[in-house]
Amino acid sequence: MIKISDTSIIELDVNGEKRKVVAEPSDTLLYTLRTELNLTGAKPGCENGDCGACTVIVDGWSVKSCIVLTVEMIGHKITTIEGLKNAPIQKAFVEKWGFQCGFCTSGFIMVCHALAEQHPEADEYVTEEWLQSNLCRCTSYQEIKEAVTSILHP
Amino acid sequence: MIPFKFEYYKPDTLKEAFDLYDYIKGQGKTPLYYGGGSEIITMSRANNLHMDAVIDLKGIPECCRIEMLDNKLIIGSAVTLSQISESGLFPLLGQTAARIADHTVQCRLTIGGNICGTIIYKETLLPLMICESRAVIYGKNGKREVQINQIFDKKLRLMPGEILSEIITDSNYLSFPYVHVKKTKSDKIAYPLLTVAAIKKDNNIKIAFSGLENHPFRSREIESFINGENMSDDDKINRIIGFQQSKVLDDAEGSSCYRTFVLKNTLENTLKMLEKVK
Repeated sequence: MIKISDTSIIELDVNGEKRKVVAEPSDTLLYTLRTELNLTGAKPGCENGDCGACTVIVDGWSVKSCIVLTVEMIGHKITTIEGLKNAPIQKAFVEKWGFQCGFCTSGFIMVCHALAEQHPEADEYVTEEWLQSNLCRCTSYQEIKEAVTSILHP
Repeated sequence: MIPFKFEYYKPDTLKEAFDLYDYIKGQGKTPLYYGGGSEIITMSRANNLHMDAVIDLKGIPECCRIEMLDNKLIIGSAVTLSQISESGLFPLLGQTAARIADHTVQCRLTIGGNICGTIIYKETLLPLMICESRAVIYGKNGKREVQINQIFDKKLRLMPGEILSEIITDSNYLSFPYVHVKKTKSDKIAYPLLTVAAIKKDNNIKIAFSGLENHPFRSREIESFINGENMSDDDKINRIIGFQQSKVLDDAEGSSCYRTFVLKNTLENTLKMLEKVK
């Protein structure tokens, strides 16, 4: 049984590296990524599980890191935007102008990357279902959809 | 950030979890069982919930399984809504799960959390109610199996410390013709004005609702109207509306009049769709 009752040092698997972090049970994964590991790609938006700006990938599933406890992540593989190295979706976002202010971009890219990994032949319906997890205040939705479609159906 | 401290436990067995709950409670503290955590974290952050410890059920093998065994589908309470919909094992439940919150949140929401949480809609219960699913509950005397329709009365009636560990559905229910409809006020991702799940079994329609009252329900009276002979669909629907009207939820998501209107046209479509199939 894992028991963590106070501030502790735990090991996380982030972007393929074992990283030791100081965490207490009430810390969210978003907080730990940004303040302990200086991985600031995941953004604090609503911090309520609504906007998707903090999206990372855990064991292949896209998750909103503001509604995950850091201590839950022991033994799981976490991928942040910093862990993507020239993934096709990154190039597609540039080519299709899938961003304006950029605050939501890392979250959208992580969702699109998880979609491409899990459902490389996703149709328009599935693509829209996944994209509805994230909000873009600059309303770049059409360009973002074009970006992900361009890697799913080149 | 969650503005208070608490302890985190991740037990390996149901017994360990139950004993731990009992022990923490015995110290005058408040433990909470923890599945996906989205409701607990968001409510704690807003100071609408306080606990001294969370007991994470995701380390318990029974709570994490999703498999067919001896013509039964077994779904652990810590299985996520995405796992259910991606598995394709229970199409009606999968379709229902895929319309709760958004896709990324579905990767964290668990079926146990959806059923046992405080949000009133609990839409995953609808397929379970009409498919006569059973809940496996772990408590003081070990495991017991009970019909969802018996143990759910406005909320899941568990004794303190009891754990919903698994949900069992007979495989013959997984392939009956079904309808799932979720209607929201405006956005696709929102709480329901009305969610309906229905199946047709042996020429009888079984139907359950969320969003009509402040808890999901399956009504024998409504099913008797729907399956009554020698009545037109209009007559059936009018009798249902007459029976249900005084109990319809009236809140910011939708007035009782509007919800009743939505109920009427949703029933019309549901009956038409199920009448077409044998």
